[in-house]
Amino acid sequence: MSALLEVTDLRTWFDTDQGTARAVDGVSFDVQEGETVGIVGESGCGKTVTSLSVLGLLPVPPARILEGSSIRFAGEELVGASVRRMRALRGNEISMIFQEPMSSLNPVYTVGDQICEALRLHRDMGRREARIEAVRLLDEVGIAGADRRVDEYPHQLSGGMRQRVMIAMALSCAPKLLIADEPTTALDVTIQAQILELVAELRRNRGMAVLLITHDLGVVAEVCDRVVVMYAGQVVERGSVQEIFSEPRHPYTRGLLRSLPSLEDRGRRLETIQGTVPPPTDWPTGCRFQARCLLAEERCGEPQSLIELDRQDRVARCWKAGL
Amino acid sequence: MAAGAESLSPATGVDASAGPRRRVVGGRGLSAALPGAPQLLAGRWGSGGAALLVWIGFLWVLVTRWDGVRDGWGGAWDERLAVASLILGVAAAWAWSWRDAVRPFHSRSVAVSQWDLAVRAFSRNRTAVAGLIVVGALYAVALITPVVAPFDPNLQGDLLTERYVGPSLMHPLGTDQFARDVLSRLMYGARISLSIGFVAVAISVTIGTLLGAVAGYLGGVVDTLVMRFVDMVISFPRLVLLITIIALFEPSIFLITAVLGLTLWPSTARIVRGEVLSLREREFVQAAVALGYSKPRIIFKHLIPNALAPVIVAATLGIGNTIVLEAGLSFLGLGVQPPTPSWGTMVDAGRQNLLDAWWLSTFPGLAIVFTVLSFNLVGDGLRDALDPRLRS
Repeated sequence: MSALLEVTDLRTWFDTDQGTARAVDGVSFDVQEGETVGIVGESGCGKTVTSLSVLGLLPVPPARILEGSSIRFAGEELVGASVRRMRALRGNEISMIFQEPMSSLNPVYTVGDQICEALRLHRDMGRREARIEAVRLLDEVGIAGADRRVDEYPHQLSGGMRQRVMIAMALSCAPKLLIADEPTTALDVTIQAQILELVAELRRNRGMAVLLITHDLGVVAEVCDRVVVMYAGQVVERGSVQEIFSEPRHPYTRGLLRSLPSLEDRGRRLETIQGTVPPPTDWPTGCRFQARCLLAEERCGEPQSLIELDRQDRVARCWKAGL
Repeated sequence: MAAGAESLSPATGVDASAGPRRRVVGGRGLSAALPGAPQLLAGRWGSGGAALLVWIGFLWVLVTRWDGVRDGWGGAWDERLAVASLILGVAAAWAWSWRDAVRPFHSRSVAVSQWDLAVRAFSRNRTAVAGLIVVGALYAVALITPVVAPFDPNLQGDLLTERYVGPSLMHPLGTDQFARDVLSRLMYGARISLSIGFVAVAISVTIGTLLGAVAGYLGGVVDTLVMRFVDMVISFPRLVLLITIIALFEPSIFLITAVLGLTLWPSTARIVRGEVLSLREREFVQAAVALGYSKPRIIFKHLIPNALAPVIVAATLGIGNTIVLEAGLSFLGLGVQPPTPSWGTMVDAGRQNLLDAWWLSTFPGLAIVFTVLSFNLVGDGLRDALDPRLRS
């Protein structure tokens, strides 16, 4: 099976007044057709920049994607693709939904107008046809009374409903890949579960691949097939959901898992990872996690590469992982 | 059925006190006899009152000034325009009221846009509504002046007996040094002053919004070029620029309008640029990019409509300012040239006779004050109504 999205050695750097911020620094992963891949990590470790790089949504300058980086979508190289080509891909082949449902819809148009705009533009539909399809899409994303809601304005909808509308817009052109950047972070827990269930269901029904960006391992466990753990602009561990959760090999992944609340150890203080992610202008040489790592030794000062572990596409960036 | 329809209220997050529109009383019979009355009875003062006033007022003019209307139809373009606005006004009031009363209640949309909310907030502000009524009345009178004005504004009466006649039944606001009717001149002057204000602001708002939005969204070199140009235009003393240009060419209404319009836009450009700079970071703009929309589409369909609220406020206040500026220029003899009446030239003309013919300068002066005051009241009301933070 060929990969739908194949990111190889992606380096996205920003030229800032404080120096060059190496926000994404050699990231590789792939997404197969119909698969859900989660990218997890703390704030500031390059997840969002990775996803925005795929769609070419970063402002250039200050951002620049370095030579040697490759983003292949369905075999087509996207790094250096023309503006026109990227625009044709966006919305049609690759869609994106964002974190903040409150501000991701245009307040001056009804939700129907906004979905219809996408439909008429990308699918060449007429006014009437687009409206019927908009109602159908709203119904598909689980909005009750879709024929009435279609004429309402974003401020009349709740956060969860707005996120559903966003999903309906993103789905309007039947994309092959949906990039969801923290789609549930701004929602309360019950709505989170519903939105995740919706994304999983749509993926099953439509055979669409999903790239899910999140800092929430609980979300990953629920919907993902494979996981990419990122830290300080690098991939530190990659594997299937079972592998990551049952036998995490990188100390950072283990730390993340230990800081998840669980039903077994109630009453115990939740563990945390001490410290914060270093600024992207100033990554340490050697292992970038060493300052916060409980197992750090002298050898961690040397640059770490991804180590292939026993199974296929199972890697970790720690010299101790293979031991 | 009515009860079922009533329960169909807008969704959460909507100003509850406003609620759904109340059902129109009386239906088509009443709206045919007296447009606006059913809406007034339903408690919708704004729209019902406007329809009723326009209908009664315009119909009254049509009937009492029938000769003027008949002559006007065969006359110059402004007279035809006046007749056409009269007929259209009556017809529109009738049609709107009829359609509004006939439309079944439950077919009304439950959608409440930001504009609907702003209109509600505005209509609760009494001083602003009063300002709007004055402004509306001024423009209505300006439109139909050729039909309703008692005299030709440039018609000179008997220079021996009819000069400097004080306010009387024949001449409610008196006559001037050429025995012309001041009321008629005031009404024709309103057309000039209001048109110059409106057109100049329309020009400046169009240029300012376009340049500001493009500069704000594209950023970089375009932004720098546009904004430095804005700085350049602003740093030029406006009055000096106006006087220089007018001194170079023959002063005319078109020249003044163009010059005023072409010097007012930088402030609009700044406002729009600022709005766009903050809007462009909002996620719906990112989402529009992610959906593959083109830059012109994003600028015109998604950014400008969202940046319009402060522009509307600035434009309303700008019309007032422009009217004052035009009056000032005309007062100095650099604006509208006699015998064309404009409020500024009328004040100027009455200046020498201020003590023995006070009405010459007073009435045009009051007209300027009330007009500008009304525009400022409307502008302030709009500012409050369009700012969600100030909306209670």
